[in-house]
Amino acid sequence: MTSATAAKGLPGELMMWVLIFSELAVFGAGLAIFLALRIFDPDGFAHAQTALLPALAGVNTIVLITSGYMAALAMKFPDRARRLLIGAAMLGVVFLILKGMEFQHKVDLKITFETHDFFMFYYLLTGFHAAHVLAGIGILLLVAKTRVAAHIQTGAAFWHMVDLVWILLFPVIYLL
Amino acid sequence: MKYQTQKIAMAYFMVAMALFAIQVLGGLLAGWIYVMPNTLSELLPFNTVRMLHTNSLIVWLLLGFMGATYFILPEETEQEIHSTTAAYAQLGILVLGTLGVVVTYVFNLFEGHWLLGKEGREFIEQPVWVKLGIVVAGLLFLYNVTMTGLKGKKTAISNVLLLGLWGLVLLFLFAFYNPENLALDKQYWWYIVHLWVEGTWELVMASILAFLMLKLTGVDREIVEKWLYIIVATALFSGILGTGHHYYWIGTPGYWQWIGSIFSSLEIVPFFAMMAFAFVMVWKGRRDHPNKAALLWALGCATLAFFGAGVWGFLHTLHGVNYYTHGTQITAAHGHLAFFGAYVSLNLAIFTYAFPILFNRDPYNQVLNMASFWMMAGGMTFMTFVLTFAGTVQTHLQRVQGDYFMDVQDQLAIFYWMRFGSGVIVVLGALVFIYSILVPRKEIITPSDEDATVVAE
Repeated sequence: MTSATAAKGLPGELMMWVLIFSELAVFGAGLAIFLALRIFDPDGFAHAQTALLPALAGVNTIVLITSGYMAALAMKFPDRARRLLIGAAMLGVVFLILKGMEFQHKVDLKITFETHDFFMFYYLLTGFHAAHVLAGIGILLLVAKTRVAAHIQTGAAFWHMVDLVWILLFPVIYLL
Repeated sequence: MKYQTQKIAMAYFMVAMALFAIQVLGGLLAGWIYVMPNTLSELLPFNTVRMLHTNSLIVWLLLGFMGATYFILPEETEQEIHSTTAAYAQLGILVLGTLGVVVTYVFNLFEGHWLLGKEGREFIEQPVWVKLGIVVAGLLFLYNVTMTGLKGKKTAISNVLLLGLWGLVLLFLFAFYNPENLALDKQYWWYIVHLWVEGTWELVMASILAFLMLKLTGVDREIVEKWLYIIVATALFSGILGTGHHYYWIGTPGYWQWIGSIFSSLEIVPFFAMMAFAFVMVWKGRRDHPNKAALLWALGCATLAFFGAGVWGFLHTLHGVNYYTHGTQITAAHGHLAFFGAYVSLNLAIFTYAFPILFNRDPYNQVLNMASFWMMAGGMTFMTFVLTFAGTVQTHLQRVQGDYFMDVQDQLAIFYWMRFGSGVIVVLGALVFIYSILVPRKEIITPSDEDATVVAE
């Protein structure tokens, strides 16, 4: 059976890969629309971007990549898996705290969804991503509890997707 | 029939088919009013006919799902249905409620009464007493099927089916919540029908389709289940936030335009998966099941659902497109093929599969049944194309050129005549289907000696 044999080559749970591809489709579409809208209003987008805090987002990038590395190590060192996974989850919490500071900064500037298309997508994409970080923290803690290798692999796959999406969001929204 | 309580399905299917006949006749009448607008304008105004056509559809599809559940659940869980009495009481309440609704609507009885009069919101205008009845029937149903599920074997099919049914019943509770603010009113209004047809009903559809594929093709359960989970995951992933495609122009914040566009575009995925699933199962299947008509309906269902719900839905789901097409005949085209493909065909597939078993006989009247498939599928597809062309012309004249609504309607007359014609074929197909199911042909067997022709059952 094609679907069964193809699924066997995948690490972790097949359903997680279905979810990961769905997520990438949504974030990919969001980024593509963001870039398309920017073509029609390059000055407006450039001006809006000056309100962001790229240094803070840069620190958050390092936090999230480190966290992803810890999740990967948890696969490699099963006896230290629990501590590593909890550490990865804690760095996820750090990411959310920094993200919250960033959002607070926008709110203080009275920037809302309606301010500009740039901010509509800024809030939608980074907001959706933050929601996935929150979900990922839950998943990491859950697999830290069970400590089954297949579960850790599945949880880490989700966490790497969250990493990957951020690595795409960061340059496109904050830097370019 | 392996389990005695599967017989409950028969009563549900019978009522469903009677309502199906009423629904398509109502559709024919509505199609006639389109070309002869003064027909019954005093006695039965168009908006009432339209509502009856739509609501009788919803009710008979739901009765079909419930009947299908009573048919499928015993086989899946290897367990008789928990309570036959509750099942029939539930049907009785639903039939009484439906009659109450029709009488209240058509004669507009007890206008303004909080309990007996119809409520104002389109399609959930049921008087409060009927809404309460629907909830009681829904809870009876959930109790009955959940008890059966808990007692018996748990399979992916029965789990997904029960999950879909729980969601379906609980979402109806939003019919009781009617905020003053019109934007919020519409927002919650869509929680019911959108989260039904693009959420919970898809779970019901996928599990019924999976059951049929399991029985008709003989493919391993493990493979069927893997497909089922993928379909369910993609349906919920896209469908829940896909509700946003109803929030473009009702006063909700602008970000819904993007959330709705992105997520509802992905709603095509589970429908594509269901179509792929059905065909792959048939190719891989080793079983040569005698009920060819049921297989035809199942494949037709998956295919027409992909085109009607998936392709025709995507056609006008992006908000930039929908800005022009909203509420034109494009919507009607999508609505007709989506409901026919996904949910009508699904019900007719399970009816076709179940009735010979419920009557305890070999599949019968297959040619007639398959003829009815081609009549209905052909008529409905033709209607979809005609309405799509009508909608395209309408969008251009009315939304781009800015012509008046009624002036444009006059220019669409040719399409409406063709739509009426295709409607006639669909109604004839529906009647042929009902005949082929309910009137088992006497199969004549010619014995070896000449003097007697034995008429078999």
